[in-house]
Amino acid sequence: MIVAGCDIGSTTAKAVILDDSTIIATILLPVEGSPKDAALLLLSSVQEKTGIQPSQIEAWCGTGYGQKNIPYASIVESEIVCHAKGIQFIDSDVRTIIDIGGQDAKVCRIDAYGNVQRYVYNDKCASGTGRFLEITADVLEVPITELAILDAKGVKEVTLSNQCVVFAETEVISLLNSGEDMGNIVKGLHRALASRVASLALSIGVEEKIAFTGGVAHNAGMVGALERVLKTKLVVHEYCQMMGALGAALIAQERIKNRVAS
Amino acid sequence: MIVAGCDIGSLTTKVVLFDGKKILASSIIKSKPKPEDGAYEALQQACAIATVNQDTITYCVGTGYGRKRVPFANDTISEISCHTKGAFYLYPNVRTIIDIGGQDCKVISLNTQGEVDRFVTNDKCAAGTGRFLEVMAKVLKVELQELSNMAKKGNEAITLASACTVWAQADVIKYLNEGISKENIALGVCKSMAKRVGVLVNQASIKKDVCITGGVAKNTAVVKELENLLGVTIIKITNVDPQLTGALGAALFAYQKAGGK
Repeated sequence: MIVAGCDIGSTTAKAVILDDSTIIATILLPVEGSPKDAALLLLSSVQEKTGIQPSQIEAWCGTGYGQKNIPYASIVESEIVCHAKGIQFIDSDVRTIIDIGGQDAKVCRIDAYGNVQRYVYNDKCASGTGRFLEITADVLEVPITELAILDAKGVKEVTLSNQCVVFAETEVISLLNSGEDMGNIVKGLHRALASRVASLALSIGVEEKIAFTGGVAHNAGMVGALERVLKTKLVVHEYCQMMGALGAALIAQERIKNRVAS
Repeated sequence: MIVAGCDIGSLTTKVVLFDGKKILASSIIKSKPKPEDGAYEALQQACAIATVNQDTITYCVGTGYGRKRVPFANDTISEISCHTKGAFYLYPNVRTIIDIGGQDCKVISLNTQGEVDRFVTNDKCAAGTGRFLEVMAKVLKVELQELSNMAKKGNEAITLASACTVWAQADVIKYLNEGISKENIALGVCKSMAKRVGVLVNQASIKKDVCITGGVAKNTAVVKELENLLGVTIIKITNVDPQLTGALGAALFAYQKAGGK
């Protein structure tokens, strides 16, 4: 049985195609234009890139910021529930998920069955989200994908005195002007974001294992910074950005099985 | 006797010259990368206006974010104290001061003697500070000074989903792309600014009379929104530029310290 999950985020759109318990394809696209446009583009690229016809997919479950704008999704589920399902499929020992996306950050505690116990969410302040790195990378004139490389070259973490993205932007400019090493600045930025997200996590408490998910988890510098702040190793999977879509696909599968059973 | 107050803020540097009775001269200039340079330039400007020699200044108090960097200061005093001193001198009935600077916002509650009872400040988040308006003016491609007049021409304010400067900026761009008038956007921006400042004011609790100081006091659209929100009349200081309140307070302290009454 083939099912699919679709996660329309603020910055990227993701799809995971599942055949029983095997992930047969994953797709990631940047969101340009409306969430609906992104959802439709995602559907056509599933066809193009995998050869799977829409008619072969038994059900789609949608999630994410644009979950209500996916015309072909017959099921909709919250991001938190999908993330929990997704991570439990990947590693059932995970009890805490820290997810940093382009415009939000969430921390979620789950039990051994992947049920959500508690969660916290920040989408009010840009400084605790991926946007913080996006804006400061822009000031440094480096693509966001190169932050990890620069971080590895840094020898010390520069302490930033500002948390607010707007103030940090100015601070980064003056650090550059004073001749501070780019690598050290990037290390400091990673530390700043890690501290901010860690305090969100600690507000509900963390339990090991802790998984780090979302697009920002692809940044090894950020993984290191978060591990140093939380003083523990983090689970980072190659599908870290796909967790919501994967969870959605698993939920689609569950619903169909239940329907068949009843 | 001539004394001086010098207030080095994040965006502007201010100097007030005082002779015990009146303000002789004042200056407001953009802060320099080296704060000391800005302090000297502001002092020179004020001295030139008053046609006095710098050497005739008996005492100077430095204040503001860069107060430690005023090279000619005999002493430094916190912004909170100086703002309170200055506002109380200009308007003795004041019991609440809302000071909105380029990078911070302070709400000071004072007693009948003009002493600070308590204060709350925000310098952590750009929302609710002059910086928020600066960013929005840039997105709207207007001068910061024009934002207020623009807002007054608006008749249907847009709503910003979040107080955060970064998210609000994205919202403003979205509204511009949708073809919403700049006037209505500016009005929404001023409303959002007032709302954020209002949160801080309510933390300090409000006593009449309320007065507003700092650069943002010149944005009458924000002041009007704040009045509507708080349900009070806010006194606008008209005899002195509200941006000079801190420097004036510093000059008043300088006069006392130099032995004047």
